[in-house]
Amino acid sequence: MSSTTTDSTDVTWKSLEIAERPPLTPTQVAWRRFRRHKMAIAGIFMLVAIILYVTVGTFFFTEAEANYTDLSIKLSPPSLEHPFGTDMVGRDLFARTIYGGQISIIIGLFAVFVSIILGVLIGAVSGYYGGATDSVLMRFTEAMFNIPSLFLLIILGKVLSGKIANFNLLGRSFSGSVVVIIAVIGITSWMYLARIVRANVLSLKEQEFITAARCTGTSNFSIIFSHILPNTTAPIIVSATLLVAAAILAEAYVSFLGVGVQPPTPTWGNMLDQAYHHLEREPWMWFFPGVLILMTVLGINFVGDGLRDALDPRALSESE
Amino acid sequence: MSSNQVLVKVEQLKKHFPITQGIIIQRQVGAVRAVDDITFDIYKGETLGMVGESGCGKTTAGRTILQLYRPTEGKVIYDGVDLTTTKGETLRKMRRRMQMIFQDPYASLNPRWTISRIISEPMRVHKLNSGKARLERVKELLDLVQLNTLYLNRYPHEFSGGQRQRIGIARALASDPEFIVCDEPISALDVSIQAQVVNLLEDLQNRFGLTYLFIAHDLSMVRHICNRVAVMYLGVIVELASRDELYDNPLHPYTQALLSAVPIPDPKETRARQRIILTGDPPSPIDPPRGCRFHPRCPIVKDLCSEQVPEWREILPGHWVACHEG
Repeated sequence: MSSTTTDSTDVTWKSLEIAERPPLTPTQVAWRRFRRHKMAIAGIFMLVAIILYVTVGTFFFTEAEANYTDLSIKLSPPSLEHPFGTDMVGRDLFARTIYGGQISIIIGLFAVFVSIILGVLIGAVSGYYGGATDSVLMRFTEAMFNIPSLFLLIILGKVLSGKIANFNLLGRSFSGSVVVIIAVIGITSWMYLARIVRANVLSLKEQEFITAARCTGTSNFSIIFSHILPNTTAPIIVSATLLVAAAILAEAYVSFLGVGVQPPTPTWGNMLDQAYHHLEREPWMWFFPGVLILMTVLGINFVGDGLRDALDPRALSESE
Repeated sequence: MSSNQVLVKVEQLKKHFPITQGIIIQRQVGAVRAVDDITFDIYKGETLGMVGESGCGKTTAGRTILQLYRPTEGKVIYDGVDLTTTKGETLRKMRRRMQMIFQDPYASLNPRWTISRIISEPMRVHKLNSGKARLERVKELLDLVQLNTLYLNRYPHEFSGGQRQRIGIARALASDPEFIVCDEPISALDVSIQAQVVNLLEDLQNRFGLTYLFIAHDLSMVRHICNRVAVMYLGVIVELASRDELYDNPLHPYTQALLSAVPIPDPKETRARQRIILTGDPPSPIDPPRGCRFHPRCPIVKDLCSEQVPEWREILPGHWVACHEG
């Protein structure tokens, strides 16, 4: 009973303090909301764990070790020496998931980045200007939709492969094919986003605050970028998180078709693909990369969900 | 209060919204004649009221004057500059001098922006003040509309309707305009708050010498705030006169009907007066009646009315009317 009394005085005291404190900045408000979102925090932890895994892991294994083959221990199950087991040529799967993870995450993030830029620009311009611009851009979008994306992936992959030199990033050499894959996945995945953004822009641009902005003399550029797009963040974030997952998987498809990141460079995608013939007898081959993909995708989705709620000033959780 | 200097000259302004048909090849099959040939002047420092029933084109007229809709025909001459031929950057610069207050105070504020960002937008756009001076100006504006300056970083959803409308007013004032179109600024508010906002508007007008085009359908409020009143019916202005002249001596039968519908807070007087009840609904602005637009509902209709459009003429000094009877 006494504890309840203390609690209630505590609450009054707190609200008094809030009233006298200088108002919070929007970022602070968003961060407070985000912090209260349990799943989002879980997602952050998952992502941090994955990122630590793929970065700190490199101190324990070199890339050469990840690609070292030893046929005498091929397909050995998880053991102390090889905690995730080995694959069909005796490479250590633990080391491979570390180096493969780096590439998968880079591909996922950058491909989505490309896709967001294309989708948002095309969608926003199409929806805002309407008329002939809209027709041309939307017919183009539909054309892109109607070409099977796998087909596009293969063609673009073949055309672009070998055209981009290898490069170094963070002390690691990446094959130029990584850039090709990023571009190809980005170019084939922006259409949904463009449509979502267009639909949102169409409804937003009829709102009175847009008329108010035009009346003020705000330029079309600022209306799109500072009035319309910030009001579209929720669907953009949600589709972006889904796209990251899709991009990591798309990378797996193209690897399977021989135009993706070439072996021996590992990625979670091509590791899964190599496990194809070992589904039942050597489950560790797909289990570990699979779990890592799952954790990454789930983590990103949780964070996306939390961001959406935190960034919406009209969301229900307003108990500050 | 008002002078004889014309600030805004509206000449034969028309705004028709096309109606199109067809999926691939769109052809125009008609037009909604929302505003169809209106001519009037707005004097510097005055409040010109614009009244009429829903759908008569009041709002369209206001927005067309501000070039938020491009007119189909006609001219809007603002302080000597024809706005209808002004474009792009020049028009954007002109917008500093004319602002608008909207009917729906919530829909007209960006829900993701803080109050300080909303109010400072006109200053950002027109590069007025900067940094600290801009913030000071925002505080000054909040003070002016009687809002607590601590509310700077709050969002529109945290305010009541009346407060939101005052935020809208502060934004309209931010760029130091001379002309403000008030598009039914009080229709969405509670009666108790309406008076508050109207008094604020009047007070601001006195302090800054603002010119208002006050669009409304509440005739008693219009009588309270306006110097002159224009009555619109189906896209045209049927009568325009100074407030007292219009309320005491309405010449157009539509104005008479409107005025007879104003509630009087005295039951005896209400019983004594003659209510003019119009029959039917206003016709569609897609296909307005020939001749005088009001003739199908007019209690004093003559043969001439269905054939000839009545001339817009000044019957008494400053009293304009479009009626064959006059």
